[in-house]
Amino acid sequence: MKAAIILFPGSNREGDVYRALAKASGRKPALVWHGEHDLPQGTDLVVLPGGFSYGDYLRCGAIAARAPIMDGVRAHAARGGLVLGICNGFQILCESGLLPGVLMRNANLRFACHLQHLRVERSDTRFTAHYRKHQVIKVAIAHGEGNYTADGQTIARLEDAGRIAFRYCNGEAALGGLANPNGSMNDIAGIYSEKLNVLGLMPHPENLVDPLVGGTDGLALFESLAAA
Amino acid sequence: MDEPAITPELVAAHGLKPDEYQRILGLIGRAPSFTELGIFSAMWNEHCSYKSSRLHLRKLPTKGPHVIHGPGENAGVIDIGDGLACVFKMESHNHPSFIEPFQGAATGVGGILRDVFTMGARPVACLDLLRFGAPEHPLTRHFVAGVVAGIGSYGNSFGVPTVGGTTRFDRRYDGNILVNAMAVGIAEKDAIFYAKASGVGNPIVYLGSKTGRDGIHGATMASAAFDEASQENRPAVQIGDPFAEKLLLEACLELMRSGAVVAIQDMGAAGLTSSAVEMGAKGNLGVLLDLDAVPCREAGMTAYEMLLSESQERMLMVLAPGKEEIAQAIFRKWGLDFAIIGQTTDDLRFRVKHHGEIKADLPIKELGDQAPLYDRPYLRPPKPAAIRPEEANAPIGNREALLRLIGSPNLASKRWIYEQYDHLILSNTVGPPGGDAAVVRIGEGPKGLALTIDVNEHYCAADPHEGAKQAIAEAWRNLCAVGAKPLAVTDNLNFGSPERAEVMGEFVAAVEGLAAACRALDFPIVSGNVSLYNESPDGAIPPTPAIGAVGLVDDVSLAVTIAFKREGETILLIGETAGWLGQSAYLREICGRQDGAPPPVDLSRERKTGEFIRKLIGERQVSAVHDLAEGGLAVALAEMAMASGIGASLDLAPEIPLPAFLFGEDQARYLMTAAPDAARAIREEAEALGISCAIVGATGGNALTIPGETAILVEELQNRHENWLPTYMQGLHAEENV
Repeated sequence: MKAAIILFPGSNREGDVYRALAKASGRKPALVWHGEHDLPQGTDLVVLPGGFSYGDYLRCGAIAARAPIMDGVRAHAARGGLVLGICNGFQILCESGLLPGVLMRNANLRFACHLQHLRVERSDTRFTAHYRKHQVIKVAIAHGEGNYTADGQTIARLEDAGRIAFRYCNGEAALGGLANPNGSMNDIAGIYSEKLNVLGLMPHPENLVDPLVGGTDGLALFESLAAA
Repeated sequence: MDEPAITPELVAAHGLKPDEYQRILGLIGRAPSFTELGIFSAMWNEHCSYKSSRLHLRKLPTKGPHVIHGPGENAGVIDIGDGLACVFKMESHNHPSFIEPFQGAATGVGGILRDVFTMGARPVACLDLLRFGAPEHPLTRHFVAGVVAGIGSYGNSFGVPTVGGTTRFDRRYDGNILVNAMAVGIAEKDAIFYAKASGVGNPIVYLGSKTGRDGIHGATMASAAFDEASQENRPAVQIGDPFAEKLLLEACLELMRSGAVVAIQDMGAAGLTSSAVEMGAKGNLGVLLDLDAVPCREAGMTAYEMLLSESQERMLMVLAPGKEEIAQAIFRKWGLDFAIIGQTTDDLRFRVKHHGEIKADLPIKELGDQAPLYDRPYLRPPKPAAIRPEEANAPIGNREALLRLIGSPNLASKRWIYEQYDHLILSNTVGPPGGDAAVVRIGEGPKGLALTIDVNEHYCAADPHEGAKQAIAEAWRNLCAVGAKPLAVTDNLNFGSPERAEVMGEFVAAVEGLAAACRALDFPIVSGNVSLYNESPDGAIPPTPAIGAVGLVDDVSLAVTIAFKREGETILLIGETAGWLGQSAYLREICGRQDGAPPPVDLSRERKTGEFIRKLIGERQVSAVHDLAEGGLAVALAEMAMASGIGASLDLAPEIPLPAFLFGEDQARYLMTAAPDAARAIREEAEALGISCAIVGATGGNALTIPGETAILVEELQNRHENWLPTYMQGLHAEENV
């Protein structure tokens, strides 16, 4: 699997996802500058990493969504290529039209960084094949604007098509209430595109790939991709 | 544009005393121009010149076999092996944060990060020491919300984990809060960059954000006490742009790798003036600046404004000849301003041109070297009398006292704060916030840095000398408790006005206490900052010598945490317990008394005990370790239980009154757990070394049992501990929550 991580000015978790991908796949991902127009030849997976691209100015992800490289990313997605957007990357995917909905400010208006349980909604995608359906995993969150919001029709469409990738839950797999850290509708932590080849999620599986640093529940996502 | 005439009022408005003005006249042999007066004001204020503190700071030990660079550069540099160096420093942004909490705190973080990457290091961690007024004070919530959001906004966006900190409340900070930020970076040992310019005729380049009118006279403001009008100083607070700083970091590190950089200095306090003068003076060179080339945010800025602006995210560099194009290309790639604004000269003058006219022509060495140096009169603080363990009456039972203590503002969990900081980015946070010291892995490991920051201002207020010693000893202990070898210290000395003999006396006593402790522990101070004039109409803050410290862990997989690991383990208490209640949290929170002498620190015992703990951790003999600090044995035990969810029972019958045993704050003590057989062996080993070691209980169950009391469910402890701050902050009006 050949991965390319897009570097925007203000990206800051590119190193974390680089490490996770290298660990899971044994291959070093390429780093691609936002000003490029094309992805490296033979790219299988594009990663939009976490951070504060363009300082989050205007709206989170809004400026990055219009960077030259995004034309290449959109073309890659249209061909059925894999795209993974984490945190700011999810915001960029929503702003660029590759995923529906928006990420609003957290309901309590505060930045939130802690370890968070998620429920894996399906295990038959190229992103989650190494998880079990409804497995509860512990990963990190670190965001101020992760409150997933969309109109009722969009939410219904996502739910009906099984496009919810992850939901926030507590350690006992219970959804809602205090387990939802940011007010996201239907406890949505991540969603897929229609063809299940684009995944956007707010949490950081890349920060949980090492037993010394919080745990390894995030590793299976990268292992799934490496095997995809 | 005409410059105003120099009058005594104008001189005074620049924070310069009449005798200081006479000194200027003597140095340059004529009256200064308005621009020159501004330059002197910027260079000679307390913040930049250390004129009241320099004399005493010389007493601090700053050298050691692993010290690569001590005080005098942007940050201290120590050798951590494998060709790497750790670069770190702490700095205050107290006054700006009081005037504008969000931006004041944010730019405090920005400034200290810049100090670290200016030296060629990539920042890997931040820590913060915060001191707010009494929780009841009407402005305290506003300060907490603003400062925490400000620190978070900057560090989170910049992409550095904020891994540790300390937050406390006391009414003596009502009118003057403290915001001290510490940054830690890692560099190649042979690729450290300094401010010292070299070579005549080399280009001086300006990099980063544009210059605006913000922050003019920020350093001068930081050198005066607060009065009712201080809130009107808002325009003197800078505005932070962490996005620009992130780009500046990447661009600077890329440029440094290219070999183009001769010298570099960030524009911090006193902006362009201070950075240009420092680069020239350190290199025995003159500097000629042409301000027409300075990138400005607004039109019509005067030389005076450009020289004194403290706009953020700016750097000054001396480039190797012929490297201008390489440098420019890198900065353009990152979308940052780049301008050649001057050159080095051989005349030892600081000359500034604007619109073709010379606006300043001053002797460059004298601007720094000849800054006033004061031996201010000082009164040694009196030593308070000690309180005997029997003297403190116990108004409530020990069970209730423990619950109250762990839910009191100073001892309550600060999760509400540290979860607003990204402490996980970079994927190296092996020891997250909430332990004795944070542990951050270096690259792919196995080595790591242990980091801590703290001071107990109650101890320091009662006895600045002993309190300062204790601050160093506790930092040492925090590092030993995770298994790290303590390496070096950075300090931020927050005090009131040095022009008052009693405050100056506190300062002198504290510096001497720091010096004594650092010397005894081979724990040099390699960087730091002094923040004086921390006063409001209600008086001075308590002496607050904030201590940040760095230790080295050889293998992060061996580092231990405070959490109990399993049931049925033996709990060991290392160190002697005399039941010292003077200045303790128990006396303050439970007995309503704030008197007595703080606990004395025996540095040789501290050293011996710390080294023993480290050895046990290195040999994997112990499963959890926690140093004893505020609240003593009972609070430490509760913290170990709360961190794990596992209960414990204490089994002891001390000779001193039980409250003094449970809550006394005797120094050089640790709690640790081990398997029962191992625990007995450890006790024998300790006794052979002359270290006091007692078996005080065992882990197990879901409750904490202290002698003579009903058990307390760990869950109840957790609720008390976790609830205070979130509940308190709910009282904040929604619109104030920036």
